[in-house]
Amino acid sequence: MYPRQFDYVAPTSLEEAFAALGDDSKVMAGGMSLIPLMKMRLFSPDVVVDIARIPGLATIHDAGDHISIGALVTHGETASSDSVVANATALATAASLTGDVQVRNRGTTCGALAHADVAADQPAGALACGAVMIAQSASGTREIPASEFFVDAMTSALRSDEVLTSIRLPKTGAGEGSAYDKLGRRGGHSDYAVAGAAAWVKKSNGSIEAARVALTGVGIKPTLASGVADALVGTDGSDAAVAAATEHALEGVTVLEDLYGSEEYKSHLAKVYVSRAIKQALANI
Amino acid sequence: MTQGVFGTSVKRTEDPALLRGKGLFVDDIKRHDEAAAAFVRSPFAHARITSIDKSAAEAMPGVQAVYTTDDVRSLGPLLAQVAIGKLRPLLADEVVKHVGEAVVMVVADNAAIARDGADAVLVDYDPLTAIIDPEYAATNETLVHDELESNVIHTWEAGEADAVQELADREDTVVTSLKMVNQRLIPTAIEPRGVLAEWQHGYDRVTLHTTTQQPHAVAGALALTFGLPGVNSARVIAPEVGGGFGRGLNVYAEEMLAVFASRELGRPVRWIETRSEASKSTIHGRGWTATATIVSEPDGHFLAYSLVGVADMGAYSQNFSVAIPVLGQFTMPGQYKWEAIYWKMDCVHTHTPTVDAYRGAGRPETTFYVERTVDAAARDLGMDPIELRKKNFFQPEDFPADTLIGMTMDSGDYGSNLDILVEKADIKGLRAMQEAARAEGRYIGVGIATFVEACGLAPSGFADAGVSWAGYGLPSAFNESAVVRINPDASATVVTGTGPTGQGHETVWSQIVSDRLAIPMERIVVIHGDTKDTPMGIGTGGSRSVAVGGVAVAIAADRIKEKAAKVAAHLLEASAEDIVFADNGAHVAGSPDKSVSWTDIAATAYQPHKMPEGMEAGLDMTAFFDPSNLTWPYGSHVAVVEVDPDTGDVDLMSYSAVDDCGNIVNPMIVAGQLHGGIAQGIGQALFEEAVFDEDGNLLTASLLDYLIPTAADLPSFDLAKTTTPTDANPLGVKGIGEAGTIVSTPTIVNAVVDALSPLGINDIQMPLRPKRVWAAMQEARS
Repeated sequence: MYPRQFDYVAPTSLEEAFAALGDDSKVMAGGMSLIPLMKMRLFSPDVVVDIARIPGLATIHDAGDHISIGALVTHGETASSDSVVANATALATAASLTGDVQVRNRGTTCGALAHADVAADQPAGALACGAVMIAQSASGTREIPASEFFVDAMTSALRSDEVLTSIRLPKTGAGEGSAYDKLGRRGGHSDYAVAGAAAWVKKSNGSIEAARVALTGVGIKPTLASGVADALVGTDGSDAAVAAATEHALEGVTVLEDLYGSEEYKSHLAKVYVSRAIKQALANI
Repeated sequence: MTQGVFGTSVKRTEDPALLRGKGLFVDDIKRHDEAAAAFVRSPFAHARITSIDKSAAEAMPGVQAVYTTDDVRSLGPLLAQVAIGKLRPLLADEVVKHVGEAVVMVVADNAAIARDGADAVLVDYDPLTAIIDPEYAATNETLVHDELESNVIHTWEAGEADAVQELADREDTVVTSLKMVNQRLIPTAIEPRGVLAEWQHGYDRVTLHTTTQQPHAVAGALALTFGLPGVNSARVIAPEVGGGFGRGLNVYAEEMLAVFASRELGRPVRWIETRSEASKSTIHGRGWTATATIVSEPDGHFLAYSLVGVADMGAYSQNFSVAIPVLGQFTMPGQYKWEAIYWKMDCVHTHTPTVDAYRGAGRPETTFYVERTVDAAARDLGMDPIELRKKNFFQPEDFPADTLIGMTMDSGDYGSNLDILVEKADIKGLRAMQEAARAEGRYIGVGIATFVEACGLAPSGFADAGVSWAGYGLPSAFNESAVVRINPDASATVVTGTGPTGQGHETVWSQIVSDRLAIPMERIVVIHGDTKDTPMGIGTGGSRSVAVGGVAVAIAADRIKEKAAKVAAHLLEASAEDIVFADNGAHVAGSPDKSVSWTDIAATAYQPHKMPEGMEAGLDMTAFFDPSNLTWPYGSHVAVVEVDPDTGDVDLMSYSAVDDCGNIVNPMIVAGQLHGGIAQGIGQALFEEAVFDEDGNLLTASLLDYLIPTAADLPSFDLAKTTTPTDANPLGVKGIGEAGTIVSTPTIVNAVVDALSPLGINDIQMPLRPKRVWAAMQEARS
């Protein structure tokens, strides 16, 4: 397929990138999601701003109290980074289950988040791990919590003049653990999520002090399952407590039927994977 | 490497170019001043075209022409070998009959402009009721094509329905019946289709590069369609082609349309299919809904088998169309002895893309029905599925074995083949493991399926039943021909009528020739795929290449050998009967030092004055081979799966197989065919399905939603063989291209059903996506 005609800009600084961005522009990092959409003519920006040549965006950085993942860090790098695995296990696992080897070597974590696919893995990981999105433009820098970032199907809170230059993740403290699990469209972990869940828990003195649980694949956007987290807090994290909390998995979620599952099946899967993610997160402490 | 090379795993001579990305595919072949075509395709499954506004596209800079049915109606319809049912107009004529049907062709200076031009064409449609369900179509309540009297364009029937019913009605018999869907699949070759058409106005000839499996048929179709003086005015070239799978066993409208545009514009015209286009404009496969019934005695002795159903042909008949089910008819009885049999298959039109040959073509379907139903019968009878099969198999002494469907199977020892699998895969151990897992609440399944395939088409007599290219003006039976030529420098050229689409003909044909003539493989070149250079050939498909085309190569090589022996005898002053070939030359038997090289022989053969008196110069031999029967490979496969009770997810834990394809030229290539074939059959069992909504929209029109297995989704397969040569050809080879695809599908489904049999589950519709498996478990639990 051939995309419609478009201009291509490859800036070597963020300032140049900002200058090139406008109403009908699109940022490209790895191009793994953007190019297929353009080739199928489902999306036809006037200008593609390729940020791959901008220095400084390809690193995972330990900033003391948090780590940051730059805009050009690939899924493969996120998945295999000791720092991400230790501090944001759910995100690292989600990155390891994104696409195939070729996609993981080229596509970027920030790109997957900005793309905001309803069935992508890493948005759930970012939500559970409490990521903060760093959105930069000519008019300044916005810090957007993951919980406010995923707005609608394929729609994030990024403005068309902004670049998601990095994400920040809090470092794992004592008693904290996270995990991600999913059922892929081709079974097991293969392909996009039919349903998937990420969980982060903080335990102290035998009880769960804080939790974040996120769902992907079941609704119109990756979303926090706050009811589950609320129900978990204060419990001992026993199987019974997890089972009880899991019952809240679909609160506020409109489950959408698709080729891979009925509403009933996806609702069921959401609970299965919320439960599995929480148990694994507890095990990962 | 020379003699003894037959039967060894020689590395593929094709691979260096392919692995380096230096192979020449259609889109690698460029022409000065070429134009590109793009198509406006129907978004409706059934609609009347009320208007076509070409003006915006025609006004676009770089657009050369915009064509509709009015421009090409006189050329059509698209020719088919089995012209039963509605043939395809080259461009939709007043009414579109499936989503993706080509309506308008835009030709422009490059592909991007052509696509922009196609997007700028405004077509108005008046949507009509779409008939998507083949069973509904068979009722004829609504017609797919107003001009046909029935949606059922052909009915295959064989055997005796009454005899089956009589046995089923007997009080002491056990009747096992399953209605199952063998779902529609989209052949997904790695290279989409593509053409490069070049009309030579000075000569009124045409050259067409195309991704076909049957260049001669395409040439015939071009000659008839364009009124050429003969097939010799149409040169069709299949260069490297990235996958066949039957999708290339068709003549396509785009081939004719690109040639038409090239003729009109006086420029080469290229069209390269996109993946989304491929899902709707290339043929689909399978698409059966049928009921299989086995009648047994309580001790497991099989009495009768029937298979009755509907085969979806899509909206238009192309190449083989209704002949696909009859290929399945050949193997419909499976490997079992029956006392009565009945088969009836209604072939119906629906408002969907054409269904035609897809790897296995009819035989995966019938094998699926019989092997699934045998397993169900084993449950009904309380018997081990392996013992039940062995009890009813044809026995070695039965061969050549006549089946009730009117075929004679060449050779086989089915029981021993299955015994080897039982031993090798440790079925006993697997059953013990399954029992232990069940005690823990785990669902592990062990699925067995066995099969016999009918391939190597075909004895010449089959031409009278339509197995020929007569529909393309070339009344040639499905035999094959080959030329073996020793050049004056003693290199060898092999020209074959059956070309590869990735199978490895170059390697295997070289092995056959090298083995017979003792010429090193590196001195042999195989020419294929170009109708200008190749003798008449049918093509690669139906696991027929080595058993027909490879044999023709061997016979031509033997003819070279016979003449070369006389030349060598003349040079050595010996008797031709005493000449043996070895080490890139010939010597007198028992006297290796009395030798001549192939260089000496060739040099003599091309200088008549040095030849034996009265012998014609040259070493150039042609052979045609007409097999005496189809070949009947067979095998036994087992899969072990675990089903997640919470999600319905199927984990394929292991897969083992014992196949028998007779003598083997190259075990590595045979293993490769099995690996790919098994993966493709697993794809049908677990992943793949062309899904239409009720309006006929294809919901799986890209690889995002049409799920195919990758190596990462599959375990490594454990393969073994038995060797039972055929007498249908002098090499004793049978064919292996489709075997894996034919049997792995029921093997997997049998495994999943076996895993869930404690829940009373007897069948789940393919593909066994987790959602379906979970739904079946939910229903069984409640």
